[in-house]
Amino acid sequence: MAEVLVKRLRKEFPDGTVAVEELDLEIADGELFVLLGPSGCGKTTTLRCVAGLEHETSGQIVIGDEVVSGLRPSQRDIAMVFQFYALYPHMSVRDNLAFPLRAAKRPAAEVDERVAESARMLRLEPFLDRRPGKLSGGEQQRVALGRAMVRHPKAFLMDEPLTNLDAELRADMRAELKHVQQRLNSTMIYVTHDQTEAMALGHRIAIMNNGRLEQLGEPMEVYDRPATLFAARFIGSPPMNLIEAEVTNGHLTAAGALTIAAPDGMQRGDRVIAGVRPENLTVSESDPDGARGRVVSREALGDETIYVVETEAGLLNVRMPPTARFAEDQVVSVRHEGAAPPVYDPQTERLAGR
Amino acid sequence: MATHIQPGGLAGEGIAGETAPPPVRRRRRLGSGFELVLLALLAIVMLFPVVWMLETALKETRDIYAVPAKVINFGPTLEHLKDVFSSDSPVFSGFQNSVIVATASTIIATVLGVPAAWAYSRFPIPAKKDQLFFILSTRFMPPVVVVIPVFLMFRDLGLLDTLQGLVLVYAAFNLPFTIWMMKGFIDELPAEYEEAAMLDGYSRFEAFWRVTMPLLIPGIAATAVFALIFSWNEFVFSIFLITDPDSRTAPAAIAGLIGGTTINWGLVAASAMVFALPVLIFAFLVRKHLVAGVTLGAVRR
Repeated sequence: MAEVLVKRLRKEFPDGTVAVEELDLEIADGELFVLLGPSGCGKTTTLRCVAGLEHETSGQIVIGDEVVSGLRPSQRDIAMVFQFYALYPHMSVRDNLAFPLRAAKRPAAEVDERVAESARMLRLEPFLDRRPGKLSGGEQQRVALGRAMVRHPKAFLMDEPLTNLDAELRADMRAELKHVQQRLNSTMIYVTHDQTEAMALGHRIAIMNNGRLEQLGEPMEVYDRPATLFAARFIGSPPMNLIEAEVTNGHLTAAGALTIAAPDGMQRGDRVIAGVRPENLTVSESDPDGARGRVVSREALGDETIYVVETEAGLLNVRMPPTARFAEDQVVSVRHEGAAPPVYDPQTERLAGR
Repeated sequence: MATHIQPGGLAGEGIAGETAPPPVRRRRRLGSGFELVLLALLAIVMLFPVVWMLETALKETRDIYAVPAKVINFGPTLEHLKDVFSSDSPVFSGFQNSVIVATASTIIATVLGVPAAWAYSRFPIPAKKDQLFFILSTRFMPPVVVVIPVFLMFRDLGLLDTLQGLVLVYAAFNLPFTIWMMKGFIDELPAEYEEAAMLDGYSRFEAFWRVTMPLLIPGIAATAVFALIFSWNEFVFSIFLITDPDSRTAPAAIAGLIGGTTINWGLVAASAMVFALPVLIFAFLVRKHLVAGVTLGAVRR
């Protein structure tokens, strides 16, 4: 296992599109590091540069203590799991698992032993003699993981490995993946566009947009204090409410007389955008401190109910316990509760204050 | 997502978990009487020459000239077929030459064409589309157009009347076709297979050889059969570039049977039947891939 450093990475394709712009990442030994972003943000290109499948235009990639720029993928001692698994369809599961070891010309006894070990860990023993085409999506996924594990590489690269599974299986595989990563204590770079997956898996999350890093931090840090408006919109479901507000005496006031606690160090009269999580708003029948509004939609999810309330400050997502019962079209009040939310400068779209 | 990544040849196997049974095709009832009559008429028109050749090949010589024609009640004989393979047969060496020329030119076109198609499919190449169009454009031309320049070149190079010369021409004609058809097959095969093999410890070329090649074998077989059929059937170059009766290929040799004072029609027909047989057998063996090859790219994934 080893750490992975990405230094000032830039990737420009021959047609002129810049996929990655000046990216710096330090991934620690044994870390599960998630690259998160919408499609086309450069996260997969970054991963392919680390793998050696793309050549960086400039910058440097270090795996362990070795600068790998210019080395072939096979010389980098890393393993990758692809979105479509890329299991060799003409080989049995056993041969698929043994493939990297045979490539390294390991003795047959060792190959058998390592294959058996991986198969046991991923519960693949019953399928060893089948072809990948005869396996279900989840089983194929486990074979892909096993093929990556079998060689004990310096690092794992995962390119949206769970995207092609159905929702239920995805949650199972997520848990399994986390378990395997912990057990092997392996360095893993995990690319995804699914923020739930990123939150559930990552030790740290890097949010990317347009080839740049928007924010880097631990999951809860990213959730509580998104560094930019982009990150604020991307993380959380339903997304954060972004409310235009003005700093008045001691707090923030938005249209419709919605008052929000103000962070320290704000100047009276500053105009900001406050990022308020749906769980920090409450709906009540009527509230003198709240903004008046009308319930436009109501999603009862069982363990919670999501209300969308139309107020003068815009459409607000509110997360309420299932005990709250408001009907659609009902006139209600929305109030902010809890500590001061992160606020953003409308011009720079970055965190303001403090 | 129902994107399928199986290569063409394995498409039938599907991906477990996403496998949906193909829609049951409703059995069509036999068409109307009119349709049947039309189809029967067409079948007679298409099959008549073939049946007539087959009959002629099997008839005794005097029955061939019988008037009115003996369609069923002729005396059957294998004499003519035996003559085709006899030691003093004027066409047997033609068949031997055809086998050599068709096989050699197909092998050359495949060995050169498959890696070229792989490169065009996988790598960014400057002006790739123009290059591919140029390659295809060499097939727009009917062979007759270039036969005289080729004849002059071959005369200077001493390649006239040689099988090597013919192999060269056929390989050159088959190469564009091989590149285009193989490129289609390779495009269908996800590059991830090779990338996975590269990360698993192989070089780019080893990855191609160990992972892509085995998956391409059905495609290569189909392409090779097309090339083989072209080289086997080719007539124009053969008749122009070869005058020596010992170096002629089968089509030219068979054509050479016609034109004497007496024509042995039984031998002509028997030779033609023997000539048609390999093509029929090959086409039958790879019929599934021939259709796949012809309709390639018609369905978007």
